[in-house]
Amino acid sequence: MLFTIFAILTVVGAVAAMSLRNLVHSVLALTLAFAGLAVVYLQLGAQFIGFAQILVYVGAVAILIVFAILLTREAAATPRSILVGSWKGSGVVVLAVFGILAWAIHHSAAYRKAMPPQPEATMQQIGNALMLRFALPLEIVGLLLTAALIGAVTIALQDKQETR
Amino acid sequence: MTSLASCLLLSALLFAIGLAGALMRRNAILVLIGIELMLNAANLNFIAFWRYGPNPEALTGMIFVIFSIGVAAAEAAVGLALIISLYRHTRTANMDEVNSMRG
Repeated sequence: MLFTIFAILTVVGAVAAMSLRNLVHSVLALTLAFAGLAVVYLQLGAQFIGFAQILVYVGAVAILIVFAILLTREAAATPRSILVGSWKGSGVVVLAVFGILAWAIHHSAAYRKAMPPQPEATMQQIGNALMLRFALPLEIVGLLLTAALIGAVTIALQDKQETR
Repeated sequence: MTSLASCLLLSALLFAIGLAGALMRRNAILVLIGIELMLNAANLNFIAFWRYGPNPEALTGMIFVIFSIGVAAAEAAVGLALIISLYRHTRTANMDEVNSMRG
């Protein structure tokens, strides 16, 4: 029951984020969707992922998107459509993708799967796995994040130096 | 009554909504938000299969989601920097008007 409520909350937030005209409103709706998804993670027994979702997405990514929206605000509010010109073909693709996914889920063994007992996933186990078995991927992700942040700063600064 | 199928359906729905936003919205930032939603749908699938899978104490699904969140954060930072750079060049974040490479 709780799952249904938060699933509906997540979907409503996502639909609102994708359909609202005002970009700031749509980021607020996106935050709602991310928070709902975090609660779904908590219900599935993934406490660490749920809190990481709140920290990273609700905390960092949403703020980053708000900054980008405020930096790229168009001078005049355009009264034109919020959709691209070729939105009908895209809509068909989206419906086809969802139809195929729903059909595959409906015909899979997922409905007959009983919920197993709550697995043990303490912080100590996650830390051990990250530091021992997955140490190399962790280092690579650290390298990737460093490279991405330096690259982002370089890309965003380039134009300013040219016009100076 | 959280079942595997309902988690997968929620994930498929989120993926379709994100895909719709990424393909149909005119603003470049909304396209990026749609991609973030699709990544989140994939994360939900990882968690659901970790929870209902045969060997949850190996924590593989969870670790995969941790790495996926890290990569998604890097993607968001680079994508928003690209949009800001694009806006400086063309004074617009409108996907219909960014067509200087059209053949």
